[in-house]
Amino acid sequence: MHDSHDVRIPVGPQHPALKEPESFIITLRGEKITSVNIKLGYNHRGIEKACEERSYVQDLYLIERICGICSHSHSTCFAQAVEEIAGVDIPPRAKYIRTLIAELERVHSHLLWLGVAGHEVGFDTLLMYTWRDREVVMDLLADITGNRVNYGINTLGGVRRDVSPDQAKAVLKALDILKKQTDYYVEIATKENTLINRLSGVGVLKHEDAVRLGAVGPTARASGVNSDVRKDDPYAAYGELDFKVITDNHEDVYGRTLVRVGELYESYKIIRQVIERMPEGPLTQKFPRKVPIGEASSRYEAPRGEDFHYVKSNGSEKPERVKVRAPTLANIQSVAHMLEDRYLADMPIVIAAIDPCFSCTDRMVSLKKDKQHKECLTWGELRKYSIAWHKEHGFDPDVLNLKYQRGLKS
Amino acid sequence: MTEENIIVSVEAKFPQLKGLMRLPRPRRIFVDVQPEDFRNIINFCREELGFISLSTITGLDELDRFSFIYHLSREDGILINIKIQAEKTLPQIHTITDIFVAAEMYERELEDLLGVKVIGLKEGRRYPLPDSWPKDDHPLRKDWKMKVE
Repeated sequence: MHDSHDVRIPVGPQHPALKEPESFIITLRGEKITSVNIKLGYNHRGIEKACEERSYVQDLYLIERICGICSHSHSTCFAQAVEEIAGVDIPPRAKYIRTLIAELERVHSHLLWLGVAGHEVGFDTLLMYTWRDREVVMDLLADITGNRVNYGINTLGGVRRDVSPDQAKAVLKALDILKKQTDYYVEIATKENTLINRLSGVGVLKHEDAVRLGAVGPTARASGVNSDVRKDDPYAAYGELDFKVITDNHEDVYGRTLVRVGELYESYKIIRQVIERMPEGPLTQKFPRKVPIGEASSRYEAPRGEDFHYVKSNGSEKPERVKVRAPTLANIQSVAHMLEDRYLADMPIVIAAIDPCFSCTDRMVSLKKDKQHKECLTWGELRKYSIAWHKEHGFDPDVLNLKYQRGLKS
Repeated sequence: MTEENIIVSVEAKFPQLKGLMRLPRPRRIFVDVQPEDFRNIINFCREELGFISLSTITGLDELDRFSFIYHLSREDGILINIKIQAEKTLPQIHTITDIFVAAEMYERELEDLLGVKVIGLKEGRRYPLPDSWPKDDHPLRKDWKMKVE
């Protein structure tokens, strides 16, 4: 129900916090959001249709480009489906290499998220730290696969590149650095009251709502949903590795932070096991050009949650149908729910907390006060407004930033 | 609960599915059902068998008909793929948003890309095609070709 006190704010479709541009039409009463109307699809590129007109190998490279951050997630998920239909079991070493790249991808993605989360609440020192550390992982990925993003490590029937003993050594060395840094982030996340207070009770998603709305990944796990495809429906080498599924019961942005930081440790554990146990042997299994008639549903735990691919083949060298469902789409209804009845100033961190990919372009928010008066805010201004609002209410990121910059020097 | 237990439970409740359920690999169940049964079957899977999550809905243009696969998963990783068919001449299916709220975006996607009417789906903004895209142009249909002007 709208009354004269309601203000409607269109956020997007050009929007910074999302890998796909999206439109959130927000209705405000005072400082509080009363309803959210979401429109998606601005970045629909027709990839599913395009896949039907290309060969399986071409599709593998196209699908890797669905997302710039979890590119390996999509290419592995697709490859698994096609390999299942063709009845090809990839060599054990290839499974381990896929797992290695998958976990390095998760580490860089979670570190990226931690920085973005810090940035959204004005704690930019955290952004600088995590993004510096993320470069350690990016260098490893570039060294092992040849690319910082869109690694191109997968091929149908295995992987395209081996991991040399020197590279394995470099990975283990990097793990020591990352582990040390992560200890520091845990200390911040669990002991720094200012940050804890800023993130607690923000973007609340109750356990039953997370299940009802179909949330996935860290968003769901921070609401106590014990689900992780790596554990539940093991693929690649995960069935042979020892790791825990991190869950949390805070049901808010703070919980999502703890889950992701906790998952970093599990990823380090997985990577160490992969390096230590990686079996010798070939990298690929011969793969047919024409894939026999069949269908398969493939699942993969991407950094943001369950990635789902369905592939149907018709016996030719091109698939009959490729269906992709990325985790952000599964989480979008939860976002709308988290924003309702919350403060506008919490919007940047709530949206960022499901970890949609960040674009560096500045975006526009227009505040329609009434028909005569229109006020425009860029995303930067909205962020500034959010920080200033919280300063007035007792959260001062400058104090945090100074404190940690001093800590860095000492 | 194993895959076999699940198959037995579904067959006991819906005898018409006897012998039709396929288990091509561990944790993957496939079954073709009739459109008039599918909502009851999906509801049964959710309420009684623990399939609490809807991974997605896949729409397929199979030339002489449309097919829709509902991918439901349990927390232990078992996935059931429930497939129904719809006439090409009058493509319509019933919504499952009353059973799975999360189905909304997936059903809008079917409406836009395949041009199927989802009965009972509440009014809302289309997804994923742009607002200016023609209402009767559905790119995921097999006879759809890129128009070059």
